[in-house]
Amino acid sequence: MVTVVGKDFEVINHTADVGVVAYGANLSQAFANAARALFSLITEPESVEETLSREIELRAPDEESLLVEWLNELIYLFDTENILFKRFEVSELGGGRLRARGYGEKVNRSRHQLKTGIKAATYHMLSVSQDEDDVYRVKVIFDI
Amino acid sequence: MAALWKGKVNRIDDYRWEIPTSYKSGMRVAGLIYASEAMLEHIWEEHVFEQVANVAFLPGIVGRSLAMPDIHWGYGFPIGGVAATRLSDGVISPGGVGFDINCGVRLLRTNLTVDEVKPKIESLINELYVSVPSGLGSEGKIRVKEKELNQVLAQGSRWALEQGFGTAEDIVVTEESGRMKQANPDKISTKAKKRGIPQLGTLGSGNHFLEIEVVDEIYEPESAKAMGISGVGQILVLIHTGSRGLGHEVCGDYVRLLGEAVKRYGINLPDRQLACAPVSSPEGQAYLAAMACAANYAWTNRQCIAHWTRESFVKVLGKSQREIGLEQVYDVCHNIAKIEEHTVNGKREALCVHRKGATRAFPAGHRDLPDRYRGIGQPVLIPGDMGRGSYIALGTERAMAESFGSTCHGAGRVQSRAAAKRSLRGVEVARQLASRGITVKTGSLSSLAEEASQAYKDVTEVVEVTDKAGISRKIVRATPIGVIKG
Repeated sequence: MVTVVGKDFEVINHTADVGVVAYGANLSQAFANAARALFSLITEPESVEETLSREIELRAPDEESLLVEWLNELIYLFDTENILFKRFEVSELGGGRLRARGYGEKVNRSRHQLKTGIKAATYHMLSVSQDEDDVYRVKVIFDI
Repeated sequence: MAALWKGKVNRIDDYRWEIPTSYKSGMRVAGLIYASEAMLEHIWEEHVFEQVANVAFLPGIVGRSLAMPDIHWGYGFPIGGVAATRLSDGVISPGGVGFDINCGVRLLRTNLTVDEVKPKIESLINELYVSVPSGLGSEGKIRVKEKELNQVLAQGSRWALEQGFGTAEDIVVTEESGRMKQANPDKISTKAKKRGIPQLGTLGSGNHFLEIEVVDEIYEPESAKAMGISGVGQILVLIHTGSRGLGHEVCGDYVRLLGEAVKRYGINLPDRQLACAPVSSPEGQAYLAAMACAANYAWTNRQCIAHWTRESFVKVLGKSQREIGLEQVYDVCHNIAKIEEHTVNGKREALCVHRKGATRAFPAGHRDLPDRYRGIGQPVLIPGDMGRGSYIALGTERAMAESFGSTCHGAGRVQSRAAAKRSLRGVEVARQLASRGITVKTGSLSSLAEEASQAYKDVTEVVEVTDKAGISRKIVRATPIGVIKG
């Protein structure tokens, strides 16, 4: 079952978990959209303002691992600093390295309705691919 | 996505179904699913059979790759999966434990009856909601620094006891006495600790809950009495939570680390989330030490919550704790890997038993049981969904012989969270529960809708299968009258 949230990403529902498929004209954009998809599960993106930003730098052996690490880093920042991200600029992606900046704000209980707690991004059915129209497509399943 | 599974299962009897090794090249052992024919139909629609078959790829796996009747789709391992591997040449897999390490259940019994508690249920639930931090993004009342957190990770329930949370008797009736000895805080990343510090003593969100229940059926009165449960109408309290963000981070850290080890040890796996390393390898031992820390954190967590539960009852009911009771019946973990001795092909052997959404179910006489339960077997606590209550069962010899001393852990989802939300709104779920006399307090109506009864298998069907298959015996059923949902 696929719920179309916007053309940038889709949310896939499984029995116990939830996954996202995100698209982009390049891999950086697909990664940024996957991160937006993640936060759309946690709260309503429209309710989030951009009042702070965080620089994120990661290394991982391959693109798929980078995707998992990237999303887990954002879950970590939400869990420890209560940051809800709204927008992402992925400036470097490749050669086992990711550099990005995320924009958002800290949770404000009067304005943000928190929906689903996400435990982690998993390696299960994980994929990073490019289709015939040169659109990048990434897929990841979360444990919730 | 949920395409029908194309494989074939062999019927062994009414409650046992086998996936033969011939199904998929690479399976080292067969798969065994505990289910009724009616339940099988639902399981069929999912990828779970494939996942049971994939687990059978793990090097050193013995017996069969098992699935309990509450099985549902997981990542890598199915939820409701049990796999045992040899210590000599087998592997340990963080995915076989899951992200919520030592997610588990603690049961308290009381001297109270439903007639005494029912008139005060609103105040009790309100008080518990204040004293037990719950919900997404909630912070605990316990303030620890890294040095103290290291003690929590190394000592588990004992640390809680030293701080004045709980009693010495609680620890006696906790699986592993609330502390896994392999724990080494040096094997936990700084990030995992950072996630753990603010969340100690919190219920969390999702399917975690604290429930006030009333006993409504007793199947074996003598065994129930041995657990302090003497009659219909008696009040019980059930606490369901785990190791919070700390456990999630530990799992993530080690899936990554062992994912690299897989290449080093030349292990062939059909799914990256099954990442593993030989139990005896440095990587395997490091995971075991880190997992034990997260398990100890979870026991500490449940012990603190039990303490605040007792305080809340005393405050609201205006009685002493001695009058109220609230002694612990038992505490089980249902996401864990344990080094245990079992008999395989007539030979006693030390194994690494992975239980992911499965409960240990040791029989009467087992040396790891506290004296109190050596005569009846280990209490197995099986929470259902919010509306349909829960069961207390006991471990059996059959479980020991067949399922590495394991049985089911709960109801098992049948509906995705989104589907549950589409069919019923949170306020409607609350209204339905209220009409059945269940008071609910939650920080998130959306999470309430996700956890509605119809999203789960009926726990009664699940328990019926484990009872008939003989891997645990049902003793008591209880239904909720008050629930706190994270």
